[in-house]
Formats: sequence, C-alpha cells, structure tokens
Amino acid sequence: MLILECPYCGVKAEETELAAGGEAHLKRFGPGSSDDEFHDYLFMRENPKGVHFERWRHANGCGKWFHAARCTMTLEVFGTYTAQTSVPTQEIQDKIAAKRPGWTWREFADGKK
Amino acid sequence: MSKAVSVLNGAQYTGIAKVEDAGLQGMITLRGDLGSKALKAAVKAATGAEVPAQGSVNVAKNGAVAWMSTDELLLLVPYEDAVAKTAEVAEALKGEHALAVNVSDARAFFRLSGEGAREVLGKVSPVDFDAAAFVPGQFRRSRLAQVAGAFWLNEDGSFYIVCFRSVGEYVFKLLSTAAHPQSKVGVY
Repeated sequence: MLILECPYCGVKAEETELAAGGEAHLKRFGPGSSDDEFHDYLFMRENPKGVHFERWRHANGCGKWFHAARCTMTLEVFGTYTAQTSVPTQEIQDKIAAKRPGWTWREFADGKK
Repeated sequence: MSKAVSVLNGAQYTGIAKVEDAGLQGMITLRGDLGSKALKAAVKAATGAEVPAQGSVNVAKNGAVAWMSTDELLLLVPYEDAVAKTAEVAEALKGEHALAVNVSDARAFFRLSGEGAREVLGKVSPVDFDAAAFVPGQFRRSRLAQVAGAFWLNEDGSFYIVCFRSVGEYVFKLLSTAAHPQSKVGVY
C-alpha cells in the first residue's frame, strides 16, 4: 500500500484516495514542434527501477494535483511537493541523494541542478 | 414552490450505531483566497464562525464552516437562509477573486451517532478513526466505499457526514449495512 502525504491538505492519504497522473515534469511540445519532439512528448516515458517522479491527484480529498518522489523498487516515498514547479525541489533532490547516492532520472541527477 | 425534502426524508437505522438522515441543510461552497480579510469577514457574517484551520471545522450557534481545500470552504447555514446568505457572501466579495454557490440541494447530510460510530465509518473509509488520531472538530474529505464524502466529529462523539445527493441513498444503505447489530469488530 502506497501512502503519500498531500502537501496541500496535510492528509496522509493511501492509494485508494489518490489518482495516479503519470510521469512528472514533462515538457509539452505542441504546435510548431517537430514530429519527433511531439512523438517523444506523447509516447516516450521513463520506466525506472528506482527513483521516480510522478504526478498524483488527491481525488477523494482536496482534489489538488501534487508531485511525489518515490522508489519503484522498494515503494519508499522520498517526499511529496507542490505541483507549481517544473523541477523537483532542491530539498527533495537532497533527500534522495542522501538515500540513493548517484541517482539519476531523465535530466535530473545527484549533484546536478 | 414545491416542498423541499431531504434525500431520504428523515430515514433512520439503528444497529451498533445510529444512522439518520440529518434533514435539509443549507450548504454554500465558497472558493477564494482564504487569507483575504474580506473573505474572512464575509464568512463570519454568514455563519458566525471563523475561517477554520487546515483540516478542521468551526461550529457556531447557527452555522459552521469547514475547510475543504487550500482555496475552498463549505459554509453550513440554515436551509431557509441559504439563498439569501449566498447572495450576501457574493455581494461582500464583489471585486475579489472568489465564488459562492448554493449547493444545498446537491448534497445529502447524515448523522452517525452512538458507541459504534467510529467503527461504522472506519469500515467504509480509509481513515484512521482512533480516538487519538481523529479528534472532535477535525474535518476530513475522503471516500465512503465507492463515493466521495466528507465528515467531521462532534464533541459528543457523533459524526456529521456530507455527500452528493445523487449518492445519498447509497451512502445511507452503506452505513446501515456497516452498522448491522451483529457486525461489531471492536477495533475502536
């Protein structure tokens, strides 16, 4: 059972109260972009064994979207943070670095801003 | 105008806890900046209660205010006053980025009381109802089995439950089943 703390209402919500929203921090490629960029934006997703960043919605609750950082292998949750950001917060990145030295995820990695 | 009735018109069920349709209740959804002075004043004027802290409900003599999310409140007022109060709140918040809507007839309102109240709700909702974890005045939006619902705990140990009217009958039957006299688990 996955338990995430909603950063908006402070509730420790379990999986059935939440709706998964897929991979976090996607950059949208819309009109004007090349076919390859649009294809990658639509279809290419990370599928990591380890550190992962996701979007979740507190559907049966305050209804807000937020981000979660967790490990897909151990289900360890590193933390949740606001949806109003396009990169994982420094605090979250530091927390992950402390537990998983040398982690990388897409363009984000240990020690890289 | 036709006579307004609550979703189950006062239905009751008694098992390990008492489930009852709590009748018509005026409810106003208010969205806006909860830190704004005008909003605080409007809420106080409409319900007599202050804007509550995160995850709680403030009950006054003739109304209550519940915290729904970072930008949403649920105002509880007498049913007859809901239309007028909604207009008052909207008027007071003119110029602010805020919205008040009368949702009284879109909601069902139940009261759950008695020894087994925590247990009955605990069976249908993924919330910790331990006496230390869920205290009077706490307000929680969650789910009741398959549908969305919200509830708070009163000082006397009873719960008030709010859900959509369209699922009111489902929620009543759900709570009644969970309150079956021979269904005591004894967790809480």
